[in-house]
Amino acid sequence: MPALSTITAATLAKDVRLEWRSKDAINSMLFFALLVVVVFSFAFDPDAEQSRQIAGGLVWVAFLFAAVVALNQTWARELRNQVLDAYRVSPAPANSLFLAKAFGNFIFVSVLEGLMTPLFIVFYKLRALGPAWELLPVAALGTWALVVNGTFFAAMSLRTRSREIMLPLLLFPISIPALLAMVNATTAILTGEEAVKFWIVLLGTYDVVFTIGCLLLFELVLEAE
Amino acid sequence: MKKAFPFLALLTAALLSFALYQAMVVAPTEKTMGDVQRIFYYHVPSAWTAFLFFLINLIASIVYLIRRNLEWDAVAVASAEVGVVFCTVVLVTGPLWARPVWGIWWTWDIRLTSTLVLWLIYVSYLILRRFSTGGQTPVLAAALAIFGALDVPLVYFSIWFFRTQHPQPVIGGGGAIDPRMLRVLLINWLAFLCFGALVFWARYRLEVLQREAEEAEALEALLEPKGASQ
Repeated sequence: MPALSTITAATLAKDVRLEWRSKDAINSMLFFALLVVVVFSFAFDPDAEQSRQIAGGLVWVAFLFAAVVALNQTWARELRNQVLDAYRVSPAPANSLFLAKAFGNFIFVSVLEGLMTPLFIVFYKLRALGPAWELLPVAALGTWALVVNGTFFAAMSLRTRSREIMLPLLLFPISIPALLAMVNATTAILTGEEAVKFWIVLLGTYDVVFTIGCLLLFELVLEAE
Repeated sequence: MKKAFPFLALLTAALLSFALYQAMVVAPTEKTMGDVQRIFYYHVPSAWTAFLFFLINLIASIVYLIRRNLEWDAVAVASAEVGVVFCTVVLVTGPLWARPVWGIWWTWDIRLTSTLVLWLIYVSYLILRRFSTGGQTPVLAAALAIFGALDVPLVYFSIWFFRTQHPQPVIGGGGAIDPRMLRVLLINWLAFLCFGALVFWARYRLEVLQREAEEAEALEALLEPKGASQ
């Protein structure tokens, strides 16, 4: 039986190649996030000081909504031609598939964030008063927090009616502590007023707890019949 | 077991009326808040009962995943539904009390927010059960219940960073409570627990019977074409 990492790498490479050629997820996410940025900019019309206060919330709400677009496509692709069923009967461990999907989503959402951040800076006249490099760990931990549970719940909502609606209904309540941490950490860095450390530790804990939870329970969800 | 149900129902009715009398007449009026404080006898017992049912839901979910016994899944459904009802009572009575006492309906304080998030998680649990199709529902729901339980401490710590406006817990928090008030509170809790158990029992029976009926229907549908061809 091939090792866990080989299968993960192969599935991940396949997903990235598919996305590179079709650009389905990234295009829809980008356009969606762009719309959110523009609409919020009109709705609030903030000056530089207000921007600092509200940008943390706006950025993460935009990324969260956009991420749902990508997460919903994660498993839908595998349903065509019964790929998922084939995977189930193969001896490959379920977790290697889960990790590949989660890493793939992490890459897609990170690319989205990288492309959207300059736009946010321009539209909201942002300039961090705290140490801006700290945004990097916050973004990495926050993105992982969203995609690890998102990938898991997307697999869950595959088995439900109207699954596209189901994913946010499951994901958002569970993500509240992570969202709170991301938003507050970003605001703290932008305004330079509060300490970020607590929020980063909380995000790290959230990531560890739910990564373990997902790995322990994913096989049950995949095999549920 | 079935015969015990009317007795429990009678006991609950008697306890609830006794508890109402205790809360409205016997319990002393609070000095600063006045009669508004009496909502406390409904708010706190409902909260304890709701948390207890959520705990039962978690335990039933874990046991279901280990044993794969559908009766445990019925326990999980019933306890989640009853828990959500009691949690809704908490979330409604809280603001009713807060408006005259604090001057605001709602504040993003640690206990209020945690309870709200818990309510949201369990509502999403019920929605998942409603939308899920086929035989995988119990497994998916049990997995979500475990995720919700993992989330609770994180929710608590994340909101802990904000200032807390809620009155400190009266029981075990070192706060002084009139022993008469405590007695009334405990009587009310007992009454609410009995009521919760009664509703839970009815809901559990309903769930089991519904499944039996569905199974019988499915079996009939399987047998029918054979009969038609003969």
